[in-house]
Amino acid sequence: MIELHVNGKTYTTGAPSERPLLGVLRDELGLTGTKYGCGEGVCGACTVLVDGRAVRSCVTPLRAVVGRAITTIEGLAPKDRLHPVQEAFLEAGAMQCGYCTPGMILSAVALLSRHPDPGIAEIVRFMDGNICRCGVYSRIIAAIRSAAAKMRRTV
Amino acid sequence: MTPAGLWSHAVMDRREFFRTLGGVVVLLTAEPLEAQQGSGASQAAPRDIAAWLHIGEDNVTTVFTGKVEVGQDIRTSLAQAVAEELHAPVSSIRLVMGDTDRVPFDMGTFGSRTTPFMAPQLRRAAAAMRQVLAELAAERWGCSPEAVTIEAGLVKGPAGKTATFSELTKGQRILKEIGESTPLARPEHWKTLGSSVPKANGVALVTGRHEFPSDIRLPGMLYGKVLRPPAFGATLVSADPSQAERIPGVTVVREGNFIGAAAPDEATASQAVAAIRAEWKLTPQPRAAELFDYLKKNPAPMEGFGGASRHVVGDVSQGLAAADHQLRQSYTVAYIAHAPLEPRAAVAHWENGKLTVWTGTQRPFGVRSELARAFGVSETQVRVIVPDTGSGYGGKHAGDAAIEAARLARAAGKPVKVVWTREEEFTWAYFRPAGVIEVTSGVRRDGIVTAWEFHNYNSGPAAIRTPYAIEHQHIEFHPARSPLRQGSYRALAATANHFARETHMDELAALVGMDPLEFRLKNSKDPRLRAVLAAAAEKFGWSRRQKASGTGFGVAAGFEKGGYVATCAEVSVDRTSGAVRVVRVVEAFECGAIVNPDHLRSQVEGCIVMGLGGALFEAIEFEDGRILNPRFSNYRVPRFSDLPQIEVVLLDRKDLPPAGGGETPIVGIAPAVGNAVFGAVGVRLRALPLVPHGLKT
Ligand code: FES
Ligand code: FES
Repeated sequence: MIELHVNGKTYTTGAPSERPLLGVLRDELGLTGTKYGCGEGVCGACTVLVDGRAVRSCVTPLRAVVGRAITTIEGLAPKDRLHPVQEAFLEAGAMQCGYCTPGMILSAVALLSRHPDPGIAEIVRFMDGNICRCGVYSRIIAAIRSAAAKMRRTV
Repeated sequence: MTPAGLWSHAVMDRREFFRTLGGVVVLLTAEPLEAQQGSGASQAAPRDIAAWLHIGEDNVTTVFTGKVEVGQDIRTSLAQAVAEELHAPVSSIRLVMGDTDRVPFDMGTFGSRTTPFMAPQLRRAAAAMRQVLAELAAERWGCSPEAVTIEAGLVKGPAGKTATFSELTKGQRILKEIGESTPLARPEHWKTLGSSVPKANGVALVTGRHEFPSDIRLPGMLYGKVLRPPAFGATLVSADPSQAERIPGVTVVREGNFIGAAAPDEATASQAVAAIRAEWKLTPQPRAAELFDYLKKNPAPMEGFGGASRHVVGDVSQGLAAADHQLRQSYTVAYIAHAPLEPRAAVAHWENGKLTVWTGTQRPFGVRSELARAFGVSETQVRVIVPDTGSGYGGKHAGDAAIEAARLARAAGKPVKVVWTREEEFTWAYFRPAGVIEVTSGVRRDGIVTAWEFHNYNSGPAAIRTPYAIEHQHIEFHPARSPLRQGSYRALAATANHFARETHMDELAALVGMDPLEFRLKNSKDPRLRAVLAAAAEKFGWSRRQKASGTGFGVAAGFEKGGYVATCAEVSVDRTSGAVRVVRVVEAFECGAIVNPDHLRSQVEGCIVMGLGGALFEAIEFEDGRILNPRFSNYRVPRFSDLPQIEVVLLDRKDLPPAGGGETPIVGIAPAVGNAVFGAVGVRLRALPLVPHGLKT
């Protein structure tokens, strides 16, 4: 049995330790906000935070996250509240189908935790592993910048 | 009768049902629509009711429509449409979409038809609903309906009397049927339509709460996997499932060419199909190297939409004789993939002989027919539900995943979920058609195009006609047998036809030494086309901008599905590395009166970005019936780092009915970029993608 710490709760799974985290989150824990897009670590749809860093859960085996704090989109903000990045995505209209959105938001949160005031070039570099097939990239950049400004004001 | 069974009953029963619902129901009865293009199989289905609205006792107005939400934001725009005519806040409108048991028949969500056709129908129903509410209030207050006004969801009468919708509808059982002639609010008086109402379910998306088709889970559900053939055209000769069947919990299903397995979890299902020993018979498949030749030599006899079409005016040979220069060129486009970020997915559940399937498709009723046919049951025994889906772009018309899940579920006796892998999505979905386009033209020294002959092989007839005023034309579409499975794509063949046409126009401009913008204006009489060209050029600074060395400007324009577009692009070319970078794109778009400016702008931006992929580098590579690049790691799609500076100019024509905006804005980008490369380095590119491996000079 493997213990996982997800969104502040502890879960146990009987899945083998080399199994990717993504399937366990979605199918066993019912946390379907984390999406499958490629299964090879190149689209970012499955991004979760592990100890605050953005990780592609489709290529992350369970053994790599044992004992570490995993945050999925469901656990980003307390119930009925939104994280400033979520708010900024809504305000900027930074989604169409919204399928890339959870991965985009969590990647952005990881970026802002390291670089509270990223320039466009920095955002592009950090986010380049996240695909939005609907092509709302410019709005996502705008959302990240406005979230950054908002978060700097509140700390 | 429950709402779930509603649509499986005869027309009279349905009327009876509506009456028992309570509150007020408005039905819009419509003339049958003409056969809609682009849907594949079309159905003759009863269209007695085109739309219905219901106000219950909770002040919420529920709208029932067969359209689906795949990211184009019609959940928002249709709510706006109803709110506008009902004089109610958008937040009080709820849409039930794409559930075949609860919504009236609809051909599908494609072809930019929601805004010009569905929205007016819902608006008529809402206007009639408002009238019913006014009459109810008039009766209650003993005044005339004209003395009643409705504002922001509140009904107001003489002497300060007010009532909410539900106060009036409580205890009522009113069924009102209306036709298509109900008058609508004019765009210049719009309050809700025409404004940037935020996305309807945005909060559910940013919190991960929204359940996409691939997120649906049912109690006791199994996971299904299909054993795919090694190549297109392969048939299953024999299969030994005994090893797979020994894995606990696994059910293996073989029916004809289909073989797959269901298991309690996805990993076990994958393990099971890997353990099936199958023998396939391969058939020779056309080679990629001869693709364009093949398309020209293998005509396909097709009827109706997608069939051959021919448009001739004047006499091209006369036009050529009157020209100072003649030009003959050929253009090609590759197969490309929609690659929606959510792959095909379905959850199927059989209960007492009735099949329910949750799946992501743009044609819920079409998929219902596919399922009914596949399992030999009547359509009334099948319910298809389409949760808001992780995009489609014309790529999710068919019901493959739904049929696979249903097949496995029937054999396993439990609900089954099938989610395609990215590789399956790239291989077993369908592609935007590849094509060859040959153009022969004549132009006078003064820049007037005198002759235009245009032959499109296989890629499709959408937007094949030229918007330019040319005296002698011969335009023809030649359907062909496609080596790969092909189907709809955002804007269909309008992208290919615009690419060929607008590149050729640029070549003609160069031939007579004229500015490409001036050349287009000179040959265009259509004021709407001229208006978008002027708007894009103005914003871009076409005549003022200085070109740095290695950079070039390009322009392209066109018309399709009620929308006019003009695109200006600036590219920079690194001559040593061959790298081509699109630096800036300005696009002007006009599709009549604007319904939601922010969402329209987003669609235009998205079209530009998606279009850049097909323009620059997207191409499906294949050999021997296999796809060679079925992954995001070897099929490149636009990313953040490909993003140019994008400026969108929207022209709002309040005097024209709104048309859809999710497709046409994609058609200008490829020719504008190609023409800009010519402007930068004098190299003419005539194949899409333009520079999959950089520019070779
Ligand atoms: S699904 Fe993990 S990166 Fe694409
Ligand atoms: S919003 Fe559709 S993939 Fe990003």
